[in-house]
Amino acid sequence: MSIWIDIGALDDLPLRGSRCVQTPTGKIGVFRTADDRIFAIRNECPHKGGPLTEGIVHGHSVTCPLHNWVISLETGAAQGADEGAVETIPVRVEGTRVLLLRSAIGARVAA
Amino acid sequence: MTERLVIIGNGMAPGRMLEHLIEAAPGAHDVTIFNAEPRVNYDRIMLSPVLSGEKTYDDIVIHDDAWYAAHGITLHRGHRITGIDRDARTVTSDGGITAAYDRLVIATGSNPFMIPVPGKDLAGVLAYRDLDDVEKMLDATERGGRAVVIGGGLLGLEAAAGLKARGMEVTVLHVMPTLMERQLDPAAGYLLEKELKRRGIHVITKANTKAILGTDRVQGVELADGTQIPASLVVMAVGIRPNVQIAKNAGLEVARGIVTTDTMATSDPAVFALGECAEVGGQVYGLVAPLYEQARVLAAHLAGDTTPRFVHQDTPTKLKVTGIDLYSLGDFAEGDDREEIVLRDASAGVYKRIVLKDNRIVGTVLYGETADGAWFNDLKKKATDVSDMRDTLIFGQAFQGGAPADPLAAVAALSDDAEICGCNGVCKGRITGAIRAKGLTDLDGVRAHTKASASCGTCTGLVEKLLKLELGDRYNPATVQPMCPCTTHGHDEVRRLIRAKGLKTIPAVMQELEWQTSCGCAKCRPALNYYLVCDWPADYADDYQSRFVNERVHANIQKDGTYSVVPRMWGGMTSSHELRAIADVVDKFDIPAVKVTGGQRIDMLGIRKEDLPAVWADLGKAGFVSGQAYAKGLRTVKTCVGSTWCRFGTQDSTGLGIRLEKFMWGSWTPAKLKLAVSGCPRNCAEATCKDIGVICVDSGYEIHFAGAAGLDIKGTEVLGHASTEDEALEIVVALTQMYREQGRYLERIYKWTKRIGVPEIRRQIMDDLPRRKSYFDRFVFSQKFAQVDPWSERVSGKDKHEFKPMAVVGYQEAAE
Ligand SMILES: Cc1cc2nc3c(=O)[nH]c(=O)nc-3n(C[C@H](O)[C@H](O)[C@H](O)COP(=O)(O)OP(=O)(O)OC[C@H]3O[C@@H](n4cnc5c(N)ncnc54)[C@H](O)[C@@H]3O)c2cc1C
Ligand code: SF4
Ligand code: SF4
Ligand code: FES
Repeated sequence: MSIWIDIGALDDLPLRGSRCVQTPTGKIGVFRTADDRIFAIRNECPHKGGPLTEGIVHGHSVTCPLHNWVISLETGAAQGADEGAVETIPVRVEGTRVLLLRSAIGARVAA
Repeated sequence: MTERLVIIGNGMAPGRMLEHLIEAAPGAHDVTIFNAEPRVNYDRIMLSPVLSGEKTYDDIVIHDDAWYAAHGITLHRGHRITGIDRDARTVTSDGGITAAYDRLVIATGSNPFMIPVPGKDLAGVLAYRDLDDVEKMLDATERGGRAVVIGGGLLGLEAAAGLKARGMEVTVLHVMPTLMERQLDPAAGYLLEKELKRRGIHVITKANTKAILGTDRVQGVELADGTQIPASLVVMAVGIRPNVQIAKNAGLEVARGIVTTDTMATSDPAVFALGECAEVGGQVYGLVAPLYEQARVLAAHLAGDTTPRFVHQDTPTKLKVTGIDLYSLGDFAEGDDREEIVLRDASAGVYKRIVLKDNRIVGTVLYGETADGAWFNDLKKKATDVSDMRDTLIFGQAFQGGAPADPLAAVAALSDDAEICGCNGVCKGRITGAIRAKGLTDLDGVRAHTKASASCGTCTGLVEKLLKLELGDRYNPATVQPMCPCTTHGHDEVRRLIRAKGLKTIPAVMQELEWQTSCGCAKCRPALNYYLVCDWPADYADDYQSRFVNERVHANIQKDGTYSVVPRMWGGMTSSHELRAIADVVDKFDIPAVKVTGGQRIDMLGIRKEDLPAVWADLGKAGFVSGQAYAKGLRTVKTCVGSTWCRFGTQDSTGLGIRLEKFMWGSWTPAKLKLAVSGCPRNCAEATCKDIGVICVDSGYEIHFAGAAGLDIKGTEVLGHASTEDEALEIVVALTQMYREQGRYLERIYKWTKRIGVPEIRRQIMDDLPRRKSYFDRFVFSQKFAQVDPWSERVSGKDKHEFKPMAVVGYQEAAE
């Protein structure tokens, strides 16, 4: 069964903005787009690890603050000519709360 | 007394009608049904899945025996009505039952049409209408062999796919040149044919059936051209005819169907017709949606509500063959008064066509990707004017409204063999290939080399988007560089329109200037934010989500995601008190690096974001404010020690520098703005490579500007001479304001100068004194709103969310 972890209130996330969640497996960026969709991805740019939560959110993408790669929030993939992708994390809104899928952020057990 | 209601036929239409009736007037009618088929009401539409094996008969029953019992409805199965006596108000069945009615509903459906060719009555020749037909087909599939389906319409193709799924070798014969020609245009019909062939179904179009061969059982089919196709099963699915015989015999008015009013009454007010057998408003129907609507209207009338009327609506057609997505709606014939939008993606097998009349959808054909069918249907039904979304309409709903309406992205997503120019059959790959190989840079070039958009020109927009995709910012249709791919306007145009139209928010700009994306991109949003901050200082609420992170959190992001903090040291002067405070902060927060900057101040590097407010709080207590070392705005005013200490000094350069910095701090500019003041021409403050520099001389102040010492290196231009410190300040400030108002976002002052020309700037600032004064006044006004120390604001809680993680999930919580 999937277990979801409550990470805070929807109101804590500004529209066209983002927040960061610290987990044992690293930081996760939670984004809220202009059309009020919520996305979560690992907070590490596939280019040189830039903190994506610090970027400008536009459409369903974020532009990395370090060298302007544009990362899709839906797929985690770098857009345009750049290549690379960041892991997307299942996120859900329940009422006014935002939840992340625990198995996606928990300690990853070596297979 | 309850009314006696008799229904002839127990198909889907009367089934639905009874549901409405029972709900509206429970128990008001004594209902008797006669059904020639020996069964209850089942979902005829789902016969194809039964044929293919995806469903069973039990799955598709709509009303079971218990339902009729529960509602006291008498159902005579396997009883065909042979006569209606309208005078006696009775009906009689072939099973010898006579029933009297107060009101009668005829719902006899349709008969499949059998083409009158020799052999049509042979065993093994079937129609496709009811469960009996399906059972016979299934029998035939047990024996395997070859089947011929005559008729390449909806039913025929579903039958063919079903028989194929059951392991038969299937050939479809269709008399027209393309399949489903009534629902699909030739292009979609072609794709469908290709797909069926891929699945191993033979398709012969323009096939005229001459005879069905065989002696007692079918053995094959012969075409007019002499071709013979062997077959042990022939399914005829060439059309249906409303089943009107008993109505005709009873003397009711009959045309193609039983003629009714829009309340479903026949020429006898006690008799109604419903379903495929009825003709209402001159139309007969063969899909359930309008029949269900008839059912709703009739039920209301029988229950005593005489208001509802049947109104014609186009019904979409879909093919129920697993894996084939096909959607057709309305009228898609071509016409002079019609326009069409077509999208083809041959490799993905997608074809979409929208037919418009007066900017309204009148018809749609979708093949391969039908998700937006419902949306198009809705737009058509509501007769929505689609001119505003014409560019992206064909890409579907996802590209409209809330989601990014980026036509460029949609064009980028097309595969290389997607057809762009229908007139000349030019696909995307050929156009982009030509752009690259031939180095094309404009529409004319593409037209010359590929013919794309050279005929009717409706694809010009698409071709331009391809140019834009290929060339990026180098594509420059009107020699104005658009700000970014979200718009066709250049910076100057945008700035002009912001003022001319009084646009005061980012959404207003995007709406009025027809932005092509819903919420811009990382290029245009910060630019627009700056323009609005600059033009409407009193009215515009700075949009922090449109600022680069440094300006949002008032510190400089470093490569590892930490920040650096630079407090102001006015004119580069500091004191033991300030230095001690900095030393304390460095110790307290364990700041890894401290560095003296090129702008005469101290940079603390490697501070964690979460610590920023606390660092600022401590710095604030010592009197520091933000040095805005991150801002597209006033940075530093570098000075030398000037006449106060230096033996060459002519004026108090330090004092003027401090005065300038205190006057101008907090102002936002198109790009960063660095100043310097040197006390004599020896120029120890390096003022002649700054954005604005002042060289003090015996007679006063020489004002310089437009220097550069970064990517480019360039000495300053001389703007003019000021004899007093006040005048020097006014000139520097007025120049800054002129640059603020005219510069393009991220355009440094030397580049702006190159564009405007030194003489023009000199004319406005040095010669036109009233103008200089008005620039100065506008700067002063704007400073009222700009000079708020962002650090102390944040220490007191502004934008708290920026600096704390939203949550910290520990090992315990996260462990599985
Ligand atoms: C294989 C197949 C697939 C289809 N797919 C679709 C689809 O995808 N979408 C869609 O909208 N429509 C589809 N249709 C059409 C749809 O099923 C019909 O439009 C609808 O069922 C007609 O309903 P009806 O009640 O008017 O007539 P019917 O359902 O045909 O019912 C008429 C009934 O009356 C009985 N009857 C006839 N004469 C007498 C008499 N004298 N006495 C007593 N009983 C009599 C008949 O036995 C029959 O049971 C499909 C039809 C078929 C055959
Ligand atoms: S610029 Fe002139 S006044 Fe200033 S320190 Fe150098 S020599 Fe002295
Ligand atoms: S010169 Fe280059 S490396 Fe050095 S601080 Fe400036 S941008 Fe960074
Ligand atoms: S680290 Fe994100 S663009 Fe370089």
